[in-house]
Amino acid sequence: MPIYFDHAATTTMADSAITALNNQLKKLGNASSLHSAGRSVRKDLEGAREDIANAIDCAPSEVIFTATGTEANNLAIKGLYWKAAKEGKKVIITSTFEHHAVMDPIAWLAEHEGAQVVGINVDRNGFIDLAELKQAVAEHKDQIAFISIMHANNEVGTIQDIAQVVKIAGNIPVHSDCVQSFGKVDLSFKKLGLTAATISAHKVGGPLGVAALILKRGLDIEPILHGGGQERDIRSGTFNAPSIVAFAAAAKESVAAANDRSVTVRKLKQELIQTIKKNVPEIWVNGDQEKSLPGIVSTTFPKTDSEGLLLLLDGEGIACSTGSACSAGVQRPSHVLLAMGLSEDETTSTLRFSLSHSNTITEIAKLGAVIASVVARSKAASGKK
Amino acid sequence: MKKLKVIAAMSGGVDSAVAAARAVDAGFEVVGVHLALSSNPQKYRSGARGCCTIEDSHDARRAADVIGIPFYIWDMAEEFHKGVVENFLSEYQSGRTPNPCLRCNEKIKFEAVLDRAKALGFDGVVTGHYAITKDSPTGKTLHRAADIDKDQSYVLAVLRTDQIEGAIFPLGDTVKTDTRKEAKERGLFVANKPDSHDICFVPSGDNAGWLRERLGSETGDIVDQSGKKLGEHKGAYTYTIGQRRGLALTVPDPTGEPRYVLKIEPKSNTVVVGSHDALAVSTISATPPTWCGAIPEVNKTLRGFAQVRAHGAALACDYKFDGTNLIANLDEPVFGLATGQALVIYDNDRVVGSGTICETI
Repeated sequence: MPIYFDHAATTTMADSAITALNNQLKKLGNASSLHSAGRSVRKDLEGAREDIANAIDCAPSEVIFTATGTEANNLAIKGLYWKAAKEGKKVIITSTFEHHAVMDPIAWLAEHEGAQVVGINVDRNGFIDLAELKQAVAEHKDQIAFISIMHANNEVGTIQDIAQVVKIAGNIPVHSDCVQSFGKVDLSFKKLGLTAATISAHKVGGPLGVAALILKRGLDIEPILHGGGQERDIRSGTFNAPSIVAFAAAAKESVAAANDRSVTVRKLKQELIQTIKKNVPEIWVNGDQEKSLPGIVSTTFPKTDSEGLLLLLDGEGIACSTGSACSAGVQRPSHVLLAMGLSEDETTSTLRFSLSHSNTITEIAKLGAVIASVVARSKAASGKK
Repeated sequence: MKKLKVIAAMSGGVDSAVAAARAVDAGFEVVGVHLALSSNPQKYRSGARGCCTIEDSHDARRAADVIGIPFYIWDMAEEFHKGVVENFLSEYQSGRTPNPCLRCNEKIKFEAVLDRAKALGFDGVVTGHYAITKDSPTGKTLHRAADIDKDQSYVLAVLRTDQIEGAIFPLGDTVKTDTRKEAKERGLFVANKPDSHDICFVPSGDNAGWLRERLGSETGDIVDQSGKKLGEHKGAYTYTIGQRRGLALTVPDPTGEPRYVLKIEPKSNTVVVGSHDALAVSTISATPPTWCGAIPEVNKTLRGFAQVRAHGAALACDYKFDGTNLIANLDEPVFGLATGQALVIYDNDRVVGSGTICETI
């Protein structure tokens, strides 16, 4: 059996979600139709919406289903910007280590729509500089369209103090990409006081191709997709009822089990770090280990080449990740690690292992048995001095 | 016995895909690798340095998936730029006409890639080149392919013996039409993908325009062999020895004979033209020699065949190694030979050695 340490990329689909998906696939009806078949599907769908609202602690009407997390991030960012820009607010405050699905739409707005971007720096441990944020807010005040700061980072796992960000923001809308944190750690949309949050099904054991933007009630933003206006006139497209129902099943299970799983996964994480360190003493782990997701371990193996590490580990039946690649598949230095102060060479010597509750100590021991020789070969191939 | 592990360099074309599939059939443990080489200004993600075409890398990935082997992309853009593109430019600047495919085989596929593969624990590199290697008591030797129209031993003749040792060419005994047929039978959709002809890092195919963009287009004189000005050129390096068309000479030849580019002099930025007879070359010196096998005895004259262009004819010759250069005396003169191209010596179908042409008489 291959060993899978890449659960932050996508994870095993929960049995509850597979069952829900299968059952719903057999049901005929468009949830927007007025007849009984349509109403029956609509009933399932709205039930799912309530489950997801419960899972993230928001009102059901605040859940806007989208096809992907990327779409939800684009909708929040462009929608909030277009609304604010009408009032002349064109400053976007964000961190320097967001996911591309946040970073790139913001860059697009800067390039095409006159947005002015203020990037808040992160420290070596992977936390944004709150003093810098405070200063930026004070400086740009009425000019700020919105703030977008991710809840947990996808490469290093550190969790930002979003409550503090919202406090500093005052009346300024705050969006947070919660794709990695949802279902893993405590997350209350209401308590955090967010304006918008992004979550995605396949990171919590739901199917691919469904996600949601949680958007504060009463806030109307410009849509990206125009059509039937199914979701509050903010998102159009036929309801994907089977996937939404499966998303809800997975979210429910994942949030209910989060505390127990977190304990298990944290133990596995400690074991993984110790095992790697024992075999390759010169490694280090990026990002704070306390205020972080239970399952993400970003490890730098100095003087290696992560492409080579991945190839060799893959050959041993162990899956992990090197970070971002361009559309042609070429590895790029991680902007996350660069933002945290690593050198370009160090970023391309780094692997991300992401664990779930389904991983085992035995699997980690198998990694331990091969990692030293894998690292030695990758060092020889990297040419890094 | 433990399976030999090899890297299959997969360009996204039909040849390398079939070569990889055959390596699997032959019992190797094969890992497919696509090399991202050039810095074409393909726009995709901000901050990216650029890759070969995205379509090629997808084609290579799809072929690897169909064959059932792991697949990765290796970024060799920096090595390619240093080893191939910069060399290409500096050779033109020096008035020579380089062949970048040779440099790519020498510096990238069978050096950067082979070295990396070996360091990672692989035993060799598989490519879709049409050439044959044979075992001999002194090590592997390099030979012409069975399909003489597709033979690529010329562009591989720059490889040293140790590089040949790590090279595997599964298509050497095959004709191209059979390769395509086989690709189709194997369910590889690249079966009908057209062959690539242009220089890969000049995607427009406009070599002269590409050179002008990078080296400028300083005008200079076109002169006859006595130094008399006959016209003007727009950048000496955009001309090739033996070129007849596009000279736009303002002074006609008194005899009415066509004139050809004989020489490019980068220092004086001059292009020298003359009659066809003046293009005749009988003696070729090439340096530094690379030997695919035993080094010939110094100053001993041997019989063989010279090839001076990719897909050019095999020219009967005497050749010798004078200790520094490889020198060929052709039985019949050849016309319009540019320095910078490779001289490859064959003993029948076996590659003896090669060098970059530095002087022609």
